[in-house]
Amino acid sequence: MIEFQLNGEPVSVDLPADTPLLWIIREHFQLTGSKFGCGMGLCGACTMHVDGVASRTCITPIAAVAGKAVTTIEGLGSDENLHPVQEAWLEHNVPQCGYCQPGQIMSASALLANNPKPDDAAIDAAMSGNICRCGTYPRIKKAIKSVAAVQHFDPATVSEPQVAGGES
Amino acid sequence: MSRSVSSLPRRSFLKLLGAGGLMLSMPTLASDMPLLYSQGDALMSDGVLQITPSGEIVFLMPRAEMGQGTNTGLTMLIAEELDTPPEMITVLHAGVGEEYKNPLFGMQMTGGSTSIMAHFEPLRKTAATAREMILQAASEQLNMDPGSLSIRDGKLWFAEKSYGLGDFVTRASQLQPPENVVLKANGNLRFIGKKQKRIDALAKVTGKARFGIDVGSPSGDTVINASDQNIPNLKRAALLRCPVIGGTVKSVNADAVKNLEGVQQVVPIFNGVAVVAEHYWQAKKALAELQVEWDLPELAKHSSADIRKTFEAALSEEGQTAFEQGDSKAAIASANKKHSADYHVPYLAHATMEPMNCTVWLQDDVADIWVPTQGPDASQSVASEYCDVPRDNIRVHSTFLGGGFGRRVNQDYVAEAVAIAHASGLPIQLVWSREDDMRNDFYRPAASARMSAAINDAGKIDAWDVTRVGPNITGYTIDEMAGMFLPEFLPGGFVDWISKRGHGVFENWTVDHSSIEGLWEEYSIANKTVRQVTVDPGLRLGFWRSVGHSFSGFFKEGFFDELAIVAEEDPLAYRLSHCDDMPRLAAVLKKAAEMSNWQDREKLAVKGRFLGIAGVFSFNSYVAQVAEVSVEAGQIKVHKVYCAADCGRVINPDGVAAQLEGGIIFGLSAALSGSITLKDGAVEQGNFHDYPVVRMPEAPEIDLHIMPSTQAPTGAGEPGVPPIAPAVANAVFAATGQRLRELPLRLA
Repeated sequence: MIEFQLNGEPVSVDLPADTPLLWIIREHFQLTGSKFGCGMGLCGACTMHVDGVASRTCITPIAAVAGKAVTTIEGLGSDENLHPVQEAWLEHNVPQCGYCQPGQIMSASALLANNPKPDDAAIDAAMSGNICRCGTYPRIKKAIKSVAAVQHFDPATVSEPQVAGGES
Repeated sequence: MSRSVSSLPRRSFLKLLGAGGLMLSMPTLASDMPLLYSQGDALMSDGVLQITPSGEIVFLMPRAEMGQGTNTGLTMLIAEELDTPPEMITVLHAGVGEEYKNPLFGMQMTGGSTSIMAHFEPLRKTAATAREMILQAASEQLNMDPGSLSIRDGKLWFAEKSYGLGDFVTRASQLQPPENVVLKANGNLRFIGKKQKRIDALAKVTGKARFGIDVGSPSGDTVINASDQNIPNLKRAALLRCPVIGGTVKSVNADAVKNLEGVQQVVPIFNGVAVVAEHYWQAKKALAELQVEWDLPELAKHSSADIRKTFEAALSEEGQTAFEQGDSKAAIASANKKHSADYHVPYLAHATMEPMNCTVWLQDDVADIWVPTQGPDASQSVASEYCDVPRDNIRVHSTFLGGGFGRRVNQDYVAEAVAIAHASGLPIQLVWSREDDMRNDFYRPAASARMSAAINDAGKIDAWDVTRVGPNITGYTIDEMAGMFLPEFLPGGFVDWISKRGHGVFENWTVDHSSIEGLWEEYSIANKTVRQVTVDPGLRLGFWRSVGHSFSGFFKEGFFDELAIVAEEDPLAYRLSHCDDMPRLAAVLKKAAEMSNWQDREKLAVKGRFLGIAGVFSFNSYVAQVAEVSVEAGQIKVHKVYCAADCGRVINPDGVAAQLEGGIIFGLSAALSGSITLKDGAVEQGNFHDYPVVRMPEAPEIDLHIMPSTQAPTGAGEPGVPPIAPAVANAVFAATGQRLRELPLRLA
């Protein structure tokens, strides 16, 4: 039995320890916002926050999140109460097919929680693990900068501070 | 200017629904298909536009939303004539039906950058007709002068008083539709031509947008209308295929698999062995324990190095004539100044972010399939070939597509999923791994070209001669699509026989247009010849964003740049001096040059940045791009792209901008890194480490200009792709003096 927090609620699962977190979230908890893209931690579509760190959950065994706090796109914001990054995504009309965007948003929100004023190099570094085949990168970059430009943005309200860089 | 629309056929134009809603189909299209869905409001779906008794405006989206923004763009057309914001219109993905066919294709295909051009008038007429019928019904019902009534923001208005549209739909549906409807005058447009935010963006930033892969988990949004919340006993499937596409199972030993936790069944199908399990991860893991021997196809005899040699040898063959004007051979033979060069591009995968998947529930004589597809009618047809359910009893529930780019025109993943459901007797969702996806694509063809030209004494190009070597896409498409067009009562063997003829047709009889499109059209040159030599190792092929233009744009614009150098002319000026028949191409070339400060590029060169230009006419649109590039330590870095595009009249300028940005970045992946290679017939790449694509750090800044136009709307999804590779290659030449004639671009 592995216990962890999922979007603020305590949960437990009884599954083989090597099962990737992504599939447990999608099939057992039926939260399908986090996507399967590559299965090797190369594309970022599956990105969630694990204790505030942007993590590639297609290669995160469930055992690795025991006792930790997992946040998915569903836990980041809601229609009525969007996260500032989600607001910025709407403002800049970012999504095209939209499949990679939950992962992009989770990476961007973790970046901004850790570094509220990232420069281009910091944005490139934090977002380089998330592929978008539709090519929304220029809009993603603008959207991240627009959030960073908002003075009253308080990272503490949206995510735990990061303790380390995310898995690549 | 308003236009009067006349002679609309009465047949199938409206239908009184059981619950009294008003339902309209697009003019000239029938709507006698079986009802596919129903919802609480007795809403039925055999139409394109419905206004329900509760006043909801429902648009059954006939095209696939794969990122290109069709949900927003086409809904704007409905919104315009109903004077109601797109956000107030409920958009559902349509099932299969006559009225949902693409008027340009005669099938329900989404592709070819056609959605706006095909629907611009028909959808506006549909909505305008609904508007006029409701106004007439309301004037009768309220006993008011029709001129005093209007429809706006989803309501019917009399001065300051408003009524729900639903109050009038029952009466409206009993009226004769008007003979003529007048579309809104251009001066009164409220939405068309103005920036519109995507109506699917909220669902896509909250994770609620429902893609094919999300079917079967009930937490998704209700953006789609499929009743997929309760597929009883749904299982997940993974499939082990032959490493060489086309191989079949010779023998299988599944002893190590059958007792694994969660595994329900192991079923061989036409191209592999599937594991059906409670959960996907269980199925996926179990595949590694299967022991399968394969019968290999002919393709197993081919590797990329040999294929390249065969292509190069074939460049001197005569081939088939695809286009001929004047006598290019004679002109080149007698010219004082001539130039020739060989160009090459590799096979490419689409690599949509959402891997292929399909969910199937077969019952006795009906079937439901949930599928992210660019052709729901093709999905239906292929599904019927792999189970015992007749074509018309297969309900296709379309979902959002996590990328298409042409990949989801092909229906192999539907065939597999239906075959697994049929063999196992279980409702299943088949999910491909990234490796499955990379190794079982319908690939952009590899191609080579020998480009030759003569320059006359006045310095102008006098002759243009191209031999293109490579395989043809269309034969592979005919293989898949034949079943859809042929009557269902024909025996399967006959359908196979017909479908296999497709390849022969393009080897012996006619030239596949997608093999040679874009190789000669733009420039005014007296003598032109284009020939096709078909060499096909047998790797299956498909439509890849911008199709033939994805390679011909590189061949043509790279070589044209060479000719400018040979003629000792400025590459921009040289293009413009050959643009007599293409003023719109000349205009975008000039604009992109102006945006990039082309004339002053030597000042930029001092800073180590170099410009290259290219212009391509494709999908009836004109796009020019200037790439700003630096080369350091052998690395090509694209800093900025200036792009001017003429796509005719623009419906949603921000949507067109997004497509051009996306096209540039998609094309840049091919320019810088894309390559699919074969070893003994097996695709060597498997994931994003060995098939790298552009990521954030490689993505250039993009400066766009969309030309104002009153011409008919033309393509936007694909025309942004072709110019980028030659623009970058030409910039690399400016930077280094190295002329790169092969993609992906690699410095010596």
